[in-house]
Amino acid sequence: MKRNGVFFWVGAAVFLIAIALMTKLITNEYPFFAGYVILQFIVLAVAWSILGGHAGYVNFGTSAFFGMGVYTAVFLFKVAGAPLLVQIAAAAAVGALMGFALGLLTLRMQGIFFSIATIALTIVIETSITNWRYVGGAAGIQLQRPPVTWPFSGYVQMLFFVQAVLVVLAVVVSRYIQNSWIGRGLQALRDDELAAECTGVPTLRLKVLACVVSGALMCAAGAPAAMYLQYADPSSAFNLNYSVSTLAMSLIGGTAHWAGPIVGAILLGTTQQLLTVTISSEVNVLVLGVMLVLFVVAAPEGLIGLLRRVRDKRREGKQ
Amino acid sequence: MFSFELLLDAVVIGVLLGCFYAAVSLGLSISFGLLDVPHVAHPAFLVLAAYAVFFLNEHYGIDPLVAGLLITPLFFLFGLLAYRLYYETFEKRGSDAGVRGIAFFFGIAFIIEVLIILQFGVDQRSVTATYVGKAWRIGDMRIPFRLIVAFMVAAALTILLTLYLSRTFMGRAIRAVAQDQEALRLMGADPIRIKQWAFGIATAVLGITGALLIIVAPVEPTLDRTYIGRTFCVVVMAGLGSMSGTLVAAIILGIAETIVLTLFGASWAPAISFAMLLGVLAVRPQGLFGRRS
Repeated sequence: MKRNGVFFWVGAAVFLIAIALMTKLITNEYPFFAGYVILQFIVLAVAWSILGGHAGYVNFGTSAFFGMGVYTAVFLFKVAGAPLLVQIAAAAAVGALMGFALGLLTLRMQGIFFSIATIALTIVIETSITNWRYVGGAAGIQLQRPPVTWPFSGYVQMLFFVQAVLVVLAVVVSRYIQNSWIGRGLQALRDDELAAECTGVPTLRLKVLACVVSGALMCAAGAPAAMYLQYADPSSAFNLNYSVSTLAMSLIGGTAHWAGPIVGAILLGTTQQLLTVTISSEVNVLVLGVMLVLFVVAAPEGLIGLLRRVRDKRREGKQ
Repeated sequence: MFSFELLLDAVVIGVLLGCFYAAVSLGLSISFGLLDVPHVAHPAFLVLAAYAVFFLNEHYGIDPLVAGLLITPLFFLFGLLAYRLYYETFEKRGSDAGVRGIAFFFGIAFIIEVLIILQFGVDQRSVTATYVGKAWRIGDMRIPFRLIVAFMVAAALTILLTLYLSRTFMGRAIRAVAQDQEALRLMGADPIRIKQWAFGIATAVLGITGALLIIVAPVEPTLDRTYIGRTFCVVVMAGLGSMSGTLVAAIILGIAETIVLTLFGASWAPAISFAMLLGVLAVRPQGLFGRRS
């Protein structure tokens, strides 16, 4: 386990250094534009899995958190011209609050009711923002990026790096949760909530904690999107496509291990970028939906599960 | 500003609209309310039916209601297949069916949405028929014919389905399977076949209600997202599986929507059903006429 930990931290450091070098060495802006989206989905998928994977609560409200992140950034930028880091921190706080509310909802609803409630939450928030003139209402709002600060050569490069830091943060949190008593408690309540409660697992506290962490990360992932697009409107910020993408990436990667959602997000995110560029964004959603259904039906444990099964088979073969 | 006439108007339209909402929720009331299938794709099936009706109307000039009846048997078969697939992949394997079942139907809904976009584009579509666009005037009140047609068909459908579930052998079997599947198995009946049949009926109803959907208002491929709120709001508020409750809950929703529409404008409309759904789930999850305590 110790060696594993060293590998992990070295890997994270190498990843961040590589990203930082990329922003220095590559002059073309396109790789950053495309890469940003993939990084963003890694954060979303990892964050989703904290609640969806460990605790087994299917959250369809990723777009609610993402959109609130976007609009927290928009609001702060419009009110005070707040810098990016403040926007992200505030978004994380908003996300944590939303997560807390969501966690309390789990008191009364489980399974499909919880999932439907998260969709309801998304639409209610979206409608409220649509009717809020100050942040642009239904027509959306244009944003002017402030000048970029040292050491970055361009704003997109900076966003790319910031999102990469969020990725590392999300993965560290998710890995910690999986390996600690929190993860074990969440898994216990996923398998049988009543039994877990009876054996002394503080189910409510754990669920609220998972919702808060997951929500804060999702909201934080959404915050830089306002500056990335230089534009925000409710129907795209709260688009349910974020929910289905995140869900698909997590389930296809597999939620049994913290690396699953990362694999899923990289794989699907890259495919999506390629499809959107080469064919159309509709086909890209179609592929996403078909992959989701196929995996849910044929490989319920996702890619991580498939890998494990192959490894186990090989081990059996050796013996 | 808000006069008695306006209120009366809103209530009348709301009741008519409510009956229509009841009709589109009946299928879900069976599949989700009675069979416990997390059928998030129900509204997507509904929009699919509406587009099938649009296609028949546009290309062959078939009256939308007749078209709806024509596709009903197809939807019945579709429902049988869908349940069989769901059963084999999820219910049969047991434990983790919850998470993956919901994701499965969510994925199906998105696939249907995109297929409709690829085939028909993102524009709004509507049907032509003699009763679409005309209105019936009583004094100052103007009631569109399309709502009246929808109201009548919806009322007939609700009555038929209620009778079916309470008077026929198969209907009673469906309600029995909802109450205690094991008891049914012990009595020598095959609960899976009954559930499959019920899911078929639930999907078949969508054929005709899809026609109503496109008669009442133009449809677009992503309309199912709004109807997730409306149908689930109605079914949950009704108390899972109660047919008469469905009608009452739908009328409450219809009136609420029309009043908010009149008072605050159309931009708030999508949130009403979802907000009511959240409220019901938080305060009274068993619904108004719940079968579970």
